[in-house]
Amino acid sequence: MSVVSIRNLQVSFPAPRGRALPPPAVAGLDLDIPAGACVAIVGESGSGKTLTARSLVGLLPRTATWSADRFEIAGRDVRGLGRRDWRRIRGRTVGFVLQDALVSLDPLRTLGAEVAETIITHRLARRGEAQDQVVALLGSVGIPDPAVRAGQYPHQLSGGLRQRGLIAAGLAGRPALLVADEPTTALDVTVQAQVLDLLAAEKAAGLTQLLISHDLAVVARIADHVLVMRHGTVVEEGPTAALLSSPAHPYTQELLRAVPSAASRGHRLGSRTGDRTPLERPEPDTSRTVVVAENLVKTYRDGRRSRVAVDGVSLSVAAGETVGIVGESGSGKTTVARIVLGLVTPDAGEVILAGHRWSGIGEAQRRRLRHEVQLIAQDPLGSFDPRYTVGQIIGESLDAARIQGAERRARVFEVLDQVRLGPQFLDRHPRSLSGGQRQRVSIARALAPRPQLLVADEPVSALDVSVQADILDLLGDLQAETGTAILFISHDLGVVNHLADRVLVMTGGRVVEEGRAVEVFSRPRHPYTQRLLAALPSVGEVAT
Amino acid sequence: MSTILSRGPVAPLLDDAPTPDGRRPLLVRWGHRLADVGWSVMVASVLLLVVVLVVALPDLFATSGPLDSDPLRAFQPPGPGGLLGTDQLGRDVWSRIVHGARFSILIGAAATGIGAVAGVLLGLLAGLSGRIGDEVVTRGLDVFAAFPGILLAIVLVAVVGPGIPTVIVALGIAAVPRYARIVRAGTLVVRRSGFVEQSVTFGLRRITLVLRHVLPHAVVNVPILATIGLGTAILAASSLSFIGLGPRPPSPEWGAMLADGRNYLSNAWWISVYPGLAIVLVVVAVSVVGRHLQRRLEHREQP
Repeated sequence: MSVVSIRNLQVSFPAPRGRALPPPAVAGLDLDIPAGACVAIVGESGSGKTLTARSLVGLLPRTATWSADRFEIAGRDVRGLGRRDWRRIRGRTVGFVLQDALVSLDPLRTLGAEVAETIITHRLARRGEAQDQVVALLGSVGIPDPAVRAGQYPHQLSGGLRQRGLIAAGLAGRPALLVADEPTTALDVTVQAQVLDLLAAEKAAGLTQLLISHDLAVVARIADHVLVMRHGTVVEEGPTAALLSSPAHPYTQELLRAVPSAASRGHRLGSRTGDRTPLERPEPDTSRTVVVAENLVKTYRDGRRSRVAVDGVSLSVAAGETVGIVGESGSGKTTVARIVLGLVTPDAGEVILAGHRWSGIGEAQRRRLRHEVQLIAQDPLGSFDPRYTVGQIIGESLDAARIQGAERRARVFEVLDQVRLGPQFLDRHPRSLSGGQRQRVSIARALAPRPQLLVADEPVSALDVSVQADILDLLGDLQAETGTAILFISHDLGVVNHLADRVLVMTGGRVVEEGRAVEVFSRPRHPYTQRLLAALPSVGEVAT
Repeated sequence: MSTILSRGPVAPLLDDAPTPDGRRPLLVRWGHRLADVGWSVMVASVLLLVVVLVVALPDLFATSGPLDSDPLRAFQPPGPGGLLGTDQLGRDVWSRIVHGARFSILIGAAATGIGAVAGVLLGLLAGLSGRIGDEVVTRGLDVFAAFPGILLAIVLVAVVGPGIPTVIVALGIAAVPRYARIVRAGTLVVRRSGFVEQSVTFGLRRITLVLRHVLPHAVVNVPILATIGLGTAILAASSLSFIGLGPRPPSPEWGAMLADGRNYLSNAWWISVYPGLAIVLVVVAVSVVGRHLQRRLEHREQP
């Protein structure tokens, strides 16, 4: 028996004022979820995967209109249901785990109150008994000390605990189906592994699940059946193992190829032809170091408490080399990046940039060297002055070097061309660009003053996998063309493994392991690195 | 600055940059821009234009002098004889409003200008200096803000002596904390933003950075606040003149006229209603235009 049976689901939005009608956001989707199965929908942003998930709880945006030839949840036709009927379905028949655990919990309510809400709303227990159920539920999703945690507020809980709390809230009404929309996005890799284990355990206990994700590796771990969506339609579907090992549709193949990993090292990710094309890149010039940092220490004080963010970190980057720093949130990797950029002054230690002293000098002296190291930020839009056009944004990094007039204009055109954006982008505002185009502008701006070192702080973590592939390919090409060194900060081991020559693994403000990327990833010596790698889901690993 | 950084809204930023549909004739582009503006902004702009003319050339609009009285024609209702009627001394209300615009609006605008400029500078100073500097400026402003603005103005006028310049400076000072606070808050947010941090890595001089990236964002709310403040300043100026600290009674100041006519509200409503209407129209028009300018300043491109 199917818990969900949908035929020909259509979701569309009205035309924006003065524009043509957009194509339907979901166009003719068929979905069957057998009882006890875990079905996954994979797709990039705009593919319609989240809308499909939301249609199952009657929470489509107000402006959307939808229709279907058949839409049954637990054997009940839900077409034409009113708001009151939907409220009875939500939480009770379908549990919904929202995207982004960090913001989906009410900061003014305890975790226990949040989870109890479903139980009390659907009158599954009396108020007095609800508390016991909540504690049992929190325990069952693997939250230690559930009785204590139930009384705590979201800000007192870690990301992993919050996500488990949300899953517990989704399970509270003992629903026939649990819909989880990107349940592990924004979580560290070890925490992600715990959450995936929890979902796998629930599946083993017989819970029917619909998993929405952009990450094929996450899906590979727990789903039985995968649907690949693009532009509102399902381009391919099938049992997980078969679909991932021998994808039939070119888009699925492209998605799989775009995933950076050890296997993709030294190759382009975004080739549109069948095979991976190798990336030609000169060997880094190890005789010339661009930046050397020794024994960096940085402590942040907050009132009387102090927190050591960076504790004795040393690193060096040679000309043309890519050095990756991997670590989970709070590992101090971003603080190291900010010290190298000269935005944070270390408490101890020394930085030498391009042969000059870089730490412990005044800002006036530093200004002359600033063009040697440039930043590519995680959120390009936030790093652009909202009033500026693309031309102004890119041109600004030339101001300090006093490059003006025709020379400046020529350089702006040149770097725009290098990042494969044409001159027609000059007068555009970043808000009207796609995520990938914005990151290209950010890269062009960083390249403009011809720096010797680029510091890239999570430059692709907010991007879809195919866009991420394009940006990573671009970085590789640019490095080959310009010989710039790159310090690449990321939480994503796959990305670092794909492009770094050397890698530093950080945790708790220290570097616990360092070496050539090939060696560190294939033969990790430190237990922390081993744990990280073990937690990393991969496409090769398929649920059985 | 090169052409790429020039910020003309009409001229293409680069002469050789291809525009989607080629360059249209100037008048056509103006027409399009007018159509984008919306009718409320257009009506308000026209009204303000008239007000500016009235302030500059009152004799063009007035039918008589502001002080010409004719006791025989006192309390004439609005009608064919006098456009908006006459007051208790037989002075023409319309002519007094026209001549009074100069007092009310100039005092209000000048006070608002002084308050806004000083407020922006102090707010920027507080937001950019370290903890101690911020603390000193903020606490100082708190002391000022603790007094009602009008009381502060009365004290200042009482100390320095009455007169229009004193009223302007007094109302301006009273308005400073309001602008300074919002600019300080804006500055604190902007200076921690990604794009300011990014511009540090370019090696820009601090002053360039502040003028280019901090100030324009910190002041976005000042025009809105100033339009509200302009209304308040016009009213405050009127109140001061009512208690004899501003322009003296025979002067056709709007607030003074409003207060004057209060006693005759039951039998000659027009004496105070029309000056009041003038204040309302001007304040609303300024705020409509102010909001429009704010949207332009924020430079939001329609997606």
